[in-house]
Amino acid sequence: MDKEKAITVKNLVKKFGNFIANDNLTFDVYKGEIFGFLGANGAGKTTTLKILCGLSKPTSGQINVAGFNVYTETNKIKNNIGYMSQKFSLYEDLTVYENIRFYGGIYGLKLKDIRKRADELIQKLGLTNVRNELLSSIPLGWKQKLAFSVAIFHHPKIVFLDEPTGGVDPVTRREFWDMIYDAASEGITIIVTTHYMDEAEYCNRVCIMVDGRIEAIDTPAQLIKTYNAANMNDVFIQLARKAKQQ
Amino acid sequence: MKKFIGFVKKEYYHIIRDPRTLFVLIAMPIAQILLFGYVITNEIKNASIGILDHSNDEITKQISSKILSSGYFKLDASINSEQEIHEAFRKGKIKEVIVFEPHFSEKLKKEGTAKIQIIADASDPNIANLLTNYTEAIIRNYSNSITTQNTQISLITPEVRMLYNSELKGAYLFVPGIIAMLLMLISALMTSISITREKELGTMEVLLASPLNPFTVIAGKVTPYLMLSFIDACLILLTGYFVFNVPVNGSIILLLAECLLFIFMALSLGILISTATKSQQAAMLISLVALMLPTILLSGFIFPVENMPLILQYLCKIMPPKYFINIVRTIMLKGGNLSTLWSDTLILAGMSIFFILVSVRKYKIRLE
Amino acid sequence: MNFVEINNISKSYGSHKALLETSFSVKKGELFGVIGPDGAGKTTLFRILTTLLLADSGSARISEYDIFKDYKKIRQIVGYMPGRFSLYQDLTVEENLAFFATIFGTTIKENYELIKDIYVQIEPFKDRQAGKLSGGMKQKLALSCALIHKPEILILDEPTTGVDAVSRKEFWDLLRKFKNMGITIIVSTPYMDEASLCDRVSLMQEGKIMQINTPDNIINNYKPILFEIHSNNMHDLLIKLRKYHNNSNVFLFGQTVHYSSINEINKDDLKMYLKNNGHANVEINVCTPTIEDCFLWLMNQNN
Repeated sequence: MDKEKAITVKNLVKKFGNFIANDNLTFDVYKGEIFGFLGANGAGKTTTLKILCGLSKPTSGQINVAGFNVYTETNKIKNNIGYMSQKFSLYEDLTVYENIRFYGGIYGLKLKDIRKRADELIQKLGLTNVRNELLSSIPLGWKQKLAFSVAIFHHPKIVFLDEPTGGVDPVTRREFWDMIYDAASEGITIIVTTHYMDEAEYCNRVCIMVDGRIEAIDTPAQLIKTYNAANMNDVFIQLARKAKQQ
Repeated sequence: MKKFIGFVKKEYYHIIRDPRTLFVLIAMPIAQILLFGYVITNEIKNASIGILDHSNDEITKQISSKILSSGYFKLDASINSEQEIHEAFRKGKIKEVIVFEPHFSEKLKKEGTAKIQIIADASDPNIANLLTNYTEAIIRNYSNSITTQNTQISLITPEVRMLYNSELKGAYLFVPGIIAMLLMLISALMTSISITREKELGTMEVLLASPLNPFTVIAGKVTPYLMLSFIDACLILLTGYFVFNVPVNGSIILLLAECLLFIFMALSLGILISTATKSQQAAMLISLVALMLPTILLSGFIFPVENMPLILQYLCKIMPPKYFINIVRTIMLKGGNLSTLWSDTLILAGMSIFFILVSVRKYKIRLE
Repeated sequence: MNFVEINNISKSYGSHKALLETSFSVKKGELFGVIGPDGAGKTTLFRILTTLLLADSGSARISEYDIFKDYKKIRQIVGYMPGRFSLYQDLTVEENLAFFATIFGTTIKENYELIKDIYVQIEPFKDRQAGKLSGGMKQKLALSCALIHKPEILILDEPTTGVDAVSRKEFWDLLRKFKNMGITIIVSTPYMDEASLCDRVSLMQEGKIMQINTPDNIINNYKPILFEIHSNNMHDLLIKLRKYHNNSNVFLFGQTVHYSSINEINKDDLKMYLKNNGHANVEINVCTPTIEDCFLWLMNQNN
């Protein structure tokens, strides 16, 4: 099948001194795909994510993100991606609307467009009543949904989500995934990391990293079959255990 | 007691594991004192002066050339009348004027004494003081040389007049000031930061949930910084003594004891700040603005308290550094002892006790 | 006799009500889980129990000590691990442990037996600074530090948040061990799947306890009918299912959708409906609810 590739990674290596954080990674991510990154703390997920976002230079390898080279075209990459993490996303001391306007401004959208799209967005998220409230006063679940919407506000080709649902209640967590599906169906490619293994199963494909290497990469269903496991949690524990014994 | 030692040990690890901060703490006092010291001596090398010679005879010419050839002074303009003196000062071109009285050498021969007036612009008291000291020394030197030559008693009495700041006291004002400033900075800033850091990192939550009592925490925090600040005080005194020949005329033990008292006061202030703030940033800002600025501006370090408006003078009275700077100056330069300093010492001690009591009271045994 | 007794504790921050008349009790030697998302009031509850915060109203005691009057006693017998990693990052593993031992007036040696099981795991890194440990190791060190004074009760605030699945499993194995040694444990977590590892759990949401029971009983108390549905296009399946019936809930669960309803739903009717809406190959099975299903249902009831 000839699907359009959003990201191609060939022989990616990243070293910090003697420590190899990413050991010869090769994978592709297709357009409109929801691609999950799993791995224990320190397995190298964050390093890979940073390289793909253009925040960190790889030691070697050919990497292409949204059609741009990560060595030379990091600025173009940054214009074409969105990023959201659990820790940093929005400004607590700005209002809902001000946050949206600020991020729209960063990506160079026109004020008129920002206003129009911000109004649509606020209505869609059901935040009309708290439009001018400080972000610090609205519940965590709403913030996370808003943070995601802001990350795709400038219609990026790819959006990176770093543990986006940590600590969020189960209902909001699922509403959040609905939004991810919506975005994917519009053709946005989603790269997501998570510690919730049931969420791994919502992904089209997942890549499990162990000690800087890709240990497995496939659809969740296929992985469960291959490793003869009950669910993704079992798959993950099998792979991570194996690494520890070595 | 074991708990206390354990706590101090932990603080000690924090300090040595952060070599950059430690380096700044040790190097800063030396850097500061060199900076202040050289800025002041540099200016003296090329000070512009004026000479008003009413007599214009052999001896006044000799004295003038001695002064001008000393290397400290350079003649800016010859001044012909008293009125021109003020004008020259106001223009800010010159820093000192030397006035010889009329019939200088005649008087010296007949009466055995003659007068030279040294007028200095004391709007910068440090420099004015140094300049007049140098001038006096040169004149006295000359006076001695002619005395031995002629075996008759002759005296030239230089009369010093300080303009704009007549109550100037003592040279080397900057060493006591720097001691006060740095001890305040290190003690108050570092303790307040190290306590608020525990709040920020969440370790305070564990300490609070443990049976440690507030007094152990506070004492454990204070002790390492007390030692560090004391080392700094010694470093400043040593640098002052060896590089700039700033003497300690009074008892060195009394001086060090007073330093300890001041450090203790600053530490308790630091703890007080930390009980009122939640973040390192806030603690730093408060320490800098609320402690450093008054230490520099309202303590007599740079601007003499006597010349301030009355309101500010009262404000100075509640600033601990004012008392400390006074104490240090008195001991170092005038050789004063406890019998003259007991009131200032008592005020400082009272302030320390007040701050420590308030901070132990304000130290929260629970989260906000 | 109950070891921990909490009666009608309430706490507000300004207008925000963090805890609403919370009551429960924990038996001696029990492993009790407090389960709920961020903002459920878990941290507030734990801080009140550890005497770090004062409740606005209500009372509580641990052992025979009142949390307000005897706070000094409570601080002696409680081992507390706050939600954030709260050890000294610039101290080594061993220095951290030694420090916490001294502030409780004991030594590592004295209570080594107790922490032996965890300590052998972190011992290879004992000269490493705590800030440089991996997430799982940090949590194990924090647990050792909370245990070093041989507390009668452990209060652990989200010890497994942000920790990978393998380390999480190892952490729970350790908790089991300490429970078997007779230590009472109250632990909070946002991961619903960890509920089954506790003796009893309390499900919390927005300052309220929705249910307290054993994990099995919570599942037995689940009333609605529950289907597990799988199709090729999951996103579209969600949209179509939501339109099917009013009194129902549709949630993604791993590779399937959980469809629950209080009304009688005929499986074949549902299959037909989906077939007519472009889902030819659907599998529909009745399934046993998980704690998460129960939580979702209880949340729905409360709103």
